[in-house]
Amino acid sequence: MSRLWSLLFYCVPVLATVTFLMAINGVWPFAACQMPPSLSTAGETIDGLFNGIHVLAVMILLGTGGTIGYVLWRFDHRRNPEGKAKYFSHNSALEFVWTLIPAIILVFLAFYQMNAWSENKMVRPTTMVSGIETQTPPMVLVKAKQFGWEFHYAGADGVVETADDLYVEGLLVVPRGQDVVLQLESRDVIHSFFVPELRLKQDVVPGMRQFVWFNANETAEVDILCTELCGWGHYKMKARLRIVEPAEFETYMEGLEATYEPPLASATKQPTSMSVADAGVTRD
Amino acid sequence: MTEISTDDASSVAGRSPNRLRRFLTSYVFSTDHKVIGIQFLFSSLIWLGIGGLLALAVRWQLAWPWSNMPLFGNALFADNGGQISPEFYNTLFTMHATIMIFFVVIPILSGAFGNYLIPLMIGAEDMAFPTLNMVSYWFMWPAFVCVIAMLMVPGYGASSGWTSYPPLSVLEGATSTETAQTLWVMALLFVGISSMMGAINYLTTIIQMRAPGMTMFRMPMTVWAMFVTALMQAFALPVLTSALLMQLSDQIFQTGFFLPENASANNMASASGGGQVLLWQHLFWFYSHPAVYIMILPAMGMVSDMLACFSRKPLFGYKPMVFSILSIASLGFIVWGHHMFISGMSRMLAVSFMVSTMLIALPSGIKVFNWIGTMWGGRLHLTTPMLFSVGFVSMFIIGGLSGIVMAAPPVDIVIHDTYYIVAHLHYVLFGSSILGVFGAIYFWFPKMFGRMMSDGLGKIHFFLTFIFLNGTFFPMHFLGRMPRRLADPYVYDSLKDLMPLNQFMTICAFCMGATQLIFVGNFFFSMFFGKRAEENPWRSNTLEWTATSPPPHGNFLTQPVVSRGPYEYSHPDRESDFWPQTDRV
Ligand code: HEM
Ligand SMILES: [Cu+2]
Ligand SMILES: [Cu+2]
Repeated sequence: MSRLWSLLFYCVPVLATVTFLMAINGVWPFAACQMPPSLSTAGETIDGLFNGIHVLAVMILLGTGGTIGYVLWRFDHRRNPEGKAKYFSHNSALEFVWTLIPAIILVFLAFYQMNAWSENKMVRPTTMVSGIETQTPPMVLVKAKQFGWEFHYAGADGVVETADDLYVEGLLVVPRGQDVVLQLESRDVIHSFFVPELRLKQDVVPGMRQFVWFNANETAEVDILCTELCGWGHYKMKARLRIVEPAEFETYMEGLEATYEPPLASATKQPTSMSVADAGVTRD
Repeated sequence: MTEISTDDASSVAGRSPNRLRRFLTSYVFSTDHKVIGIQFLFSSLIWLGIGGLLALAVRWQLAWPWSNMPLFGNALFADNGGQISPEFYNTLFTMHATIMIFFVVIPILSGAFGNYLIPLMIGAEDMAFPTLNMVSYWFMWPAFVCVIAMLMVPGYGASSGWTSYPPLSVLEGATSTETAQTLWVMALLFVGISSMMGAINYLTTIIQMRAPGMTMFRMPMTVWAMFVTALMQAFALPVLTSALLMQLSDQIFQTGFFLPENASANNMASASGGGQVLLWQHLFWFYSHPAVYIMILPAMGMVSDMLACFSRKPLFGYKPMVFSILSIASLGFIVWGHHMFISGMSRMLAVSFMVSTMLIALPSGIKVFNWIGTMWGGRLHLTTPMLFSVGFVSMFIIGGLSGIVMAAPPVDIVIHDTYYIVAHLHYVLFGSSILGVFGAIYFWFPKMFGRMMSDGLGKIHFFLTFIFLNGTFFPMHFLGRMPRRLADPYVYDSLKDLMPLNQFMTICAFCMGATQLIFVGNFFFSMFFGKRAEENPWRSNTLEWTATSPPPHGNFLTQPVVSRGPYEYSHPDRESDFWPQTDRV
């Protein structure tokens, strides 16, 4: 019997490792389960972290889980019918080692991934405006609402929230190879803007104005998903993101401008004021 | 015995009210901590069944969306053609989580085992405040009533998640379950009051009522864990309570603590505003992160005791274990922001929460190493409680490791609010806490009911639960691109290919549900027909095993005097492989 239990507990780390390796190498049936390939270099950094931390985790799991399997077989009382258990209650050297090594690993992890965070969330891309380096202005104002996404392009003046904004529902078209900054706002409750292929996610909070950015290096058409529960229709709150060549983007914008009919005033009405929470991102 | 015969002799008229009164005071409104503990145990187990059925309904929808649910579909959703509606799907997972967290895991650990074990393990005759203890249990009932009352209001339950984020949970028009939302807040308020009374009682009892010789560092890990849990509750609950009152006031009195300027939903503008949406999240997680440890520390304590007992070996690193739960408890108050990396909170602040979260993984890791160290070199008896305890450790490793993955904010960008998080929380809450609870039930059942549970059935129960639990929850680690809380993930083309995997998980979940019938059968059969238990069937050291099984009101016939720590197993100077804490020599 102890064999059976030991085997059962051995299975945990072994099966976990096998399925993990199958998933990152795209082997059936776990091929479908991995993240879709990243469309941006920032996303590849995140993938590197994701896989790296998982490799570490799997190694720890193999070590500890494997020891559990071994212990159950080796120290079963039937293998030691006459004797007694060893009597010891600590081992200072060992405890020192197994505190210090994980501590070093954790502190290393903590510092190692700070760059990726600031690249993705804290240091907004910049552009040169008449010789001065300024934060890239948002190309599109994204408005989340129950249950859909509005995209307000900056229009001719290059500034969002002005009269010449161009408004499209459910489809976001952006150029490849350029820094794209989005301004996120909500019309009602909290939503979350998630594009798995760009490794991009940000909650969209009513009363706050937030910025996200990315630089896609391939053309593609992918899903935009809502990842914050926002009501009964949360599951179908989707939109599409189309990444196109810069030239095609120009044509698309020209076409949009040419045929554009401003929707009803109510649909584009801007909130009259933003609360203090505006600072949400700028104060970073 | 004599009492009963005098009773019998008394007049027929006087007889039944007397019996009724005795029944009421000894089984219903009892102040005996053991009866209260068992009351908590029973109500939590009933809610565990209900919460489990809700989970199966959620799983059904994820595997075969919009199809008629077997057995229940037509009866429950007749107006929908037997389908689960999207709004009701939200209600299902909201109530599943609410019930599991607030009616099952917290009350079964602190309420049931805390109550039952603390006085017995420290050699006290009862809690410091027996009446307060009774009241603490009965404050769960208004909460139960609130949840049952939800069935009579539109939507049949709250539907904005167990986290109840405003504005969704507050704004008129955002959901159609506003009344249920208010009942939800009230239910949590009552649970909070109940936990607070329990916590104060446990703290006082442990500080004041220990038997002679029972120093703090001779207390079993279970008692230490209950002590630290009570401390955390005492510090964290006031914050939850005030946050709940603020949400209640936003809902009823149209204040706007959690509503932005010009809040509106579904074309209904709200009169109130000017508050902070994120404030609720900060307050909620300030309670709820400590709460996740409230939901596991007691299980860790009980598992430590069971592992030492069935390894017949001293617990490895007793003091480091105590210090690690103390540091988990204190660090636990400064990591709440890891639930909010993506929430719109200051992105700079995320970095400091990341560092504290990385640090809290360290004491958790030390505990795992100590448990393995406890078994190493032992003489293991793989009884049912031991298997569940080893299962706890093995599953906690996975849950802790996925915790570290999510603690890295760049990685969390991708997996936040996806099934990866669902995998993590079920490994720690089901894989660990609930397995620990099962182990504890098998272990202390003989003390509670004076009879043994069947070990054979227990092992089958463990084996199947362990397999199906991994079958249900492990694949969720691979669903890092499938958002949680979607009534129908397959409306997204990119998620369509995940359906077969979801069906596999659902089948495992249903099998896991069915497996629990073995436990229910074993539990009730053993209660009436199980083998009679001796005082100390597991040859354990701690004090509760010196009382009779079950112990009488007042627990010990003579005052126990403690001579040593709880883990003197296999002492080289002794013939026998255990050494009860009360033995003089
Ligand atoms: C090694 C220790 C742990 C670490 C580092 C850790 C880390 C985390 C992080 C970073 C999240 C947020 C993920 C996200 O939403 O993006 C999280 C979620 C969660 N954790 Fe842990 N965790 C640990 C242990 C535990 C334990 C012991 C429990 C409970 C017994 C627990 C229960 C939960 C729950 C319930 C959630 C999800 C809450 C929700 O959004 O509904 N965790 N954990
Ligand atoms: Cu949504
Ligand atoms: Cu947490």
